[in-house]
Amino acid sequence: MEQAIQSTLREKANRALGVNLKDAKLSKAYLSVSFITLLVGGILGLLQGLERSGLLELPAWLNYYQVLTAHGILLILIFTSTFTIGYLYAGVSHTLGGLLPKVRKMAWTGFVLMLIGVALVVITIVANEASVLYTFYPPLAASPVFYIGLVFVVLGIWSCCFGVFINYNHWRKNHRGEVTPLLAFFAMGVFVLWFFGSLGVTTEVLTLIPWSLGWKETINVMVSRTLFWSFGHTLVNIWYIVATSAWYVVVPKIIGGRVFSDKLARLVVVLLVILNIPGGFHHQIIDPGISESVKFLHVFMSISIAFPSLMTAFAMFAVFERAGRKLGGKGLLGWFKKLPWGDVRFLAPMVAMIAFIPAGAGGIVNTSNQMNQVIHNTLWVVGHFHLTVGTSVVLTFFGICYWLIPYLAKRKLTPQMNKLGVIQTIIWTVGMILMSGSQHLVGLLGDPRRTAFTTYGDHNTALSWVPYEYVMGIGATLLLIGVIIQVYAVFNMMFFAPKGETEFPIGEPEDDALPTPIWMERWGLWIVLMLMVVAMAYVVPVVDFIVNAPPGSPPIKTW
Amino acid sequence: MHKFEEIWLTLSAGILIIFMVVVGYQTFALGMGPPSEKETIDPQKVDQIAPFNDPGVKKIGENEYEVVMTLQAFGFNPGNIEVPAGAKVNFTMTSKDVTHGFQIAETNVNAMVMPGHIQKISHTFDKPGNYLILCNEYCGTGHQMMSTTITVK
Amino acid sequence: MNTTKANISKQQEGADDVKSLKGTLVSTGIVGAVIVIMWVAVFWLYMTRL
Repeated sequence: MEQAIQSTLREKANRALGVNLKDAKLSKAYLSVSFITLLVGGILGLLQGLERSGLLELPAWLNYYQVLTAHGILLILIFTSTFTIGYLYAGVSHTLGGLLPKVRKMAWTGFVLMLIGVALVVITIVANEASVLYTFYPPLAASPVFYIGLVFVVLGIWSCCFGVFINYNHWRKNHRGEVTPLLAFFAMGVFVLWFFGSLGVTTEVLTLIPWSLGWKETINVMVSRTLFWSFGHTLVNIWYIVATSAWYVVVPKIIGGRVFSDKLARLVVVLLVILNIPGGFHHQIIDPGISESVKFLHVFMSISIAFPSLMTAFAMFAVFERAGRKLGGKGLLGWFKKLPWGDVRFLAPMVAMIAFIPAGAGGIVNTSNQMNQVIHNTLWVVGHFHLTVGTSVVLTFFGICYWLIPYLAKRKLTPQMNKLGVIQTIIWTVGMILMSGSQHLVGLLGDPRRTAFTTYGDHNTALSWVPYEYVMGIGATLLLIGVIIQVYAVFNMMFFAPKGETEFPIGEPEDDALPTPIWMERWGLWIVLMLMVVAMAYVVPVVDFIVNAPPGSPPIKTW
Repeated sequence: MHKFEEIWLTLSAGILIIFMVVVGYQTFALGMGPPSEKETIDPQKVDQIAPFNDPGVKKIGENEYEVVMTLQAFGFNPGNIEVPAGAKVNFTMTSKDVTHGFQIAETNVNAMVMPGHIQKISHTFDKPGNYLILCNEYCGTGHQMMSTTITVK
Repeated sequence: MNTTKANISKQQEGADDVKSLKGTLVSTGIVGAVIVIMWVAVFWLYMTRL
């Protein structure tokens, strides 16, 4: 009881005094690492784009595949993870009345573990001991230190996962019969999926360590690959849920609208958590060792992940239409023009959402069984995930910065900074249209991904790809300019912007909205359902891989 | 739920189901499924195990060929294949080291070739020309050089 | 009397207009069209390359 009063007091204090400074420091630390990583990863991205189009020759001491490995791991794992933790911990702190002291400690522990992990991984890549790309498919064998570094990163993430679970349950204990705030619910979904989704890859990495040390002679390549993708695809969907949390909760507030439906948003989170992990199998549609019927089951499971996003599409358009009509938009589509296009906090996530239309449609193509043969491992796939992660997720993250960082730093978003943000968003959009667009097209012509510049002995087919690769290089150049502006904006808002109070925007439900049923909070049930879906998807093929396994593969270093 | 939302969700779910019915029909009724060979092999003894102890192009029917191929960083064996126009070619492949990808640009031939596993894919080459065969899975520092051709006359 | 009725129905129309989601239905229709166009395009490419 006493605890309950304390907790309510803290919530009130939080609302009155704004951000909790100790929690803000934590989030700022994560966000700083995130954007430094983005800068490094972005520079590497440009090097690649230029090398790939034949415009730049890398020096002898720097290999294309080293650059590619670092770009992939830094951006798809570290930049996104640290941003997510920084943003969602701020969200949990704000909506649940501050972090518990032990949770804050867990998040700092996670921070240190992740930094150690990143350092180990980066050192091995720089030393050319780990040019295995971010998928590190065995029997390509990196230095054991690389895998140990990955374990540290995962342990850091887990520490943050459990922190959120503890804080969430603490709030629920003190608010019996109440539904949690929507943003906290999203955070719970993200960290639940993150923890369970990373179990497979952790198992893989733990078997790779003794193998790379020579203690174990061989490795089962199919099991490793499958465990990797059970995580790899889940991870990008985790970033996607983080982005949708801002779409559902924050964007309505920014545009002066209301949350479309609290219950629907929670249903989308729950569906994404339950359905996601089997999605990884569609990366293996043209693999040997898996029967056609198992593959088709996975086509069904992958396509079902699209369904919650179709719900999101409707919900978001409805929020925009209602807000636009309130602002005086008339007719069928007049509301569209009334939206605050000049506000970067809206513009960036809006472009992100629009990008998800072709991005999601491309995903449905990729998973359509034999149609995968047209695009598998071509640049189409690279174009696809630069739209999904590189635009839908990243532009949403960028948009979040323009209110989150002033909020955390007790500063203000100035009109000049807003203008810079709008310019940044436009540069990013044009850069991505050029880069991702040309990658999609040239991929259909057969240009492979993850390949250094080559014309295959001036083969006609390969020569026909070169113009597209030039466009890709131009797009990559624009994107690096975008990265530099964004990193400047982030640190300017963190340390130099004028002091003031900035609100953490949380959308409110419609006046006539029905209350959300409390059964949505049954996380135990959602986790059981998720594990059942995972079992349906993985037990048969993985047992098959193990029981009918060929002799394994020894470690091989081909770089 | 809003009436329009019901319309949209029903319609879009219907579209997804049609997609699945189309690819499912092609896979199970027409035998057009993705390459999914289940046979395995010892990746360290590929050279001693038939048919990979004798890689090459074999005529197995009227204008039908079997290509037994090994992939190894950074090449295809056999390379520079020649077949007459209209030939159906059945590729039987495995890897002697790391994971490779077997792709013939501007065709539907695209399959992962992994150590320990045999992979099969077929294609009928109707149009004459010089087709580019390339490795589309990163396999090491010379990955961008791993290619060969198939000439259809 | 009649004028008030007319006013009320006009107000209701106004409220209906504010609450209308017709534009949302049209927008999702565009999303559906993008999904179909992209899928059919790649499917067509697949079929021509058989």
